[in-house]
Amino acid sequence: MRRLAILACVMVAATPIVHAAEAPPGASACSGCHAPRGGASGGIPPIAAKSADEITATMLAYQAGEGEPTVMNRIAKGFTEPEIRAIAAWLVAGR
Amino acid sequence: MTPWNPNRRAVLKTLTAATVTVTASAALSRPVHAQGAARVVVIGGGFAGGTAARFLKGHGLDVTLVEPNPTYTACPLSNSVVAGLRSLDRQTFGYDGLRRAGVTVVHQRASKVDAEARRVTLGDGVALDYDRLVLAPGIDMNFGALPGYDDKAAEIMPHAWKAGPQTTLLARQLEAMEDGGVVVMSVPANPYRCPPGPYERASLIAHYLKTRKPRSKLIVLDAKDSFSKQRLFQAAWEKLYPGLLEWVSLSSGGQVTSVDPASLTLVTDFDRVKAAVANVIPPQKAASIAALAEVADRTGWCPIDPVTFESRLRPGIHVIGDAAIAGAMPKSAFAANAQAKVCAAAVATLLRGEKPAAPKLINTCYSLVAPDYGISVAGVYAPSDGRLADVEGAGGTSPLDAPASFRAKEAVYAESWFDTITAEVFG
Ligand SMILES: Cc1cc2nc3c(=O)[nH]c(=O)nc-3n(C[C@H](O)[C@H](O)[C@H](O)COP(=O)(O)OP(=O)(O)OC[C@H]3O[C@@H](n4cnc5c(N)ncnc54)[C@H](O)[C@@H]3O)c2cc1C
Repeated sequence: MRRLAILACVMVAATPIVHAAEAPPGASACSGCHAPRGGASGGIPPIAAKSADEITATMLAYQAGEGEPTVMNRIAKGFTEPEIRAIAAWLVAGR
Repeated sequence: MTPWNPNRRAVLKTLTAATVTVTASAALSRPVHAQGAARVVVIGGGFAGGTAARFLKGHGLDVTLVEPNPTYTACPLSNSVVAGLRSLDRQTFGYDGLRRAGVTVVHQRASKVDAEARRVTLGDGVALDYDRLVLAPGIDMNFGALPGYDDKAAEIMPHAWKAGPQTTLLARQLEAMEDGGVVVMSVPANPYRCPPGPYERASLIAHYLKTRKPRSKLIVLDAKDSFSKQRLFQAAWEKLYPGLLEWVSLSSGGQVTSVDPASLTLVTDFDRVKAAVANVIPPQKAASIAALAEVADRTGWCPIDPVTFESRLRPGIHVIGDAAIAGAMPKSAFAANAQAKVCAAAVATLLRGEKPAAPKLINTCYSLVAPDYGISVAGVYAPSDGRLADVEGAGGTSPLDAPASFRAKEAVYAESWFDTITAEVFG
């Protein structure tokens, strides 16, 4: 069992997309629109280069009705501040 | 250690399976699996199954994806193909990206699932043993539910609700229609694949008629009185397509009760509507393998646990995407992708003998009302009372009073989303 667990960890580390750490609630959905690396220019704003603090601050601002989002204000409202912080930290850790 | 150990079970099964393989004919022997990693079989290589396979592999599991077609044709943006604004090639994706990610892809149809033995049988007779099964087969048209409509009728009155030849057929019919013709759409009651999809299609067909065949008309016969993003759609129709698009609600007699392909007629309780082009979107159900696996209930769809997506009817089988009853989540590609990632993580956790934590899920669906006019609906979901429920205060549609620049941005985002999600699944 222990050996299996170690093996699993090694395999997780070797694959690019899935993070070793378990995704906090909601986090794994982000990459449906925001590519983990790069992102099409002119399209949905990329978040790949943003820090965890930037992502958190933007989401909290959207929640408060600030900024000019199209859809992220509606999504941000579904998360608590600790949840947003956890998502931002996970997104950055997985790069 | 937890009282039940799935890995020990897997080893036992491997031993048993090895014995079977020795005695079975060579043709029936299944691929040899690496000892150690638990085996997950995924049935269906669409948005749900493709995503699940990739992420299960990322969790270090031994993953076999079963999909009959060598390529996948995506439905999102296929309404633009119907309206002559986009080529079907741009909807088509192969499975090499998943192979490169280490997924074993088998181009066969799954024909049988034995939940007791934890075994899937493929069309060619090969059997695949699994520790957990992910079922992501999408939908079938529920041909029995609309008298006169079957797969033969669909060659005359296309549904175009599975992208591919049906999409091309409907596009060609519209192209061949003379100016002044009446296009009729039939829209089913809930639940069905892509709740706003019929209204996006109506919009883009109206756009096609307005720009190419302005003396024509579109009638939408609906088995509902309300629909997704309704106020946004109707405001846009009034502005962009006045007098061209007529929506007939259930209470105005919109429900189609039968069709007659020979005379291109759609029958309601009050009327017989003759069409030049008829697009019949029939009632739907989970694809047939769901019923064969005994994970579909009497509604034709599959009840699941909202934390793990494990079937409520058969343990060890997880159901995701359009086939599942996902509570408040719509049957969308975005939802299928989000569910697949949560399900993959839950499967990996369960196979370690641990308990998955409660997830949150997101959906965003864009619809094009015109090529440069996009609208969206979004939601955030969490398990509550055994189902996936809307998180209060979140989600909703684009604002009703947004400027043209906002609509143009959301039209661009629709395509941007499609490019990103298809790259994540198939890239
Ligand atoms: C016109 C239209 C527009 C849409 N627009 C959008 C949109 O803008 N945004 C959005 O999010 N969603 C949209 N959708 C919805 C989206 O297409 C579906 O929700 C999505 O495809 C569901 O994914 P799935 O993997 O569950 O099913 P599917 O994509 O149908 O994939 C199922 C796969 O399983 C395979 N399969 C079936 N039976 C078996 C078997 N026995 N063995 C092996 N394989 C099997 C099939 O071949 C298929 O490849 C739209 C749909 C339509 C029709």
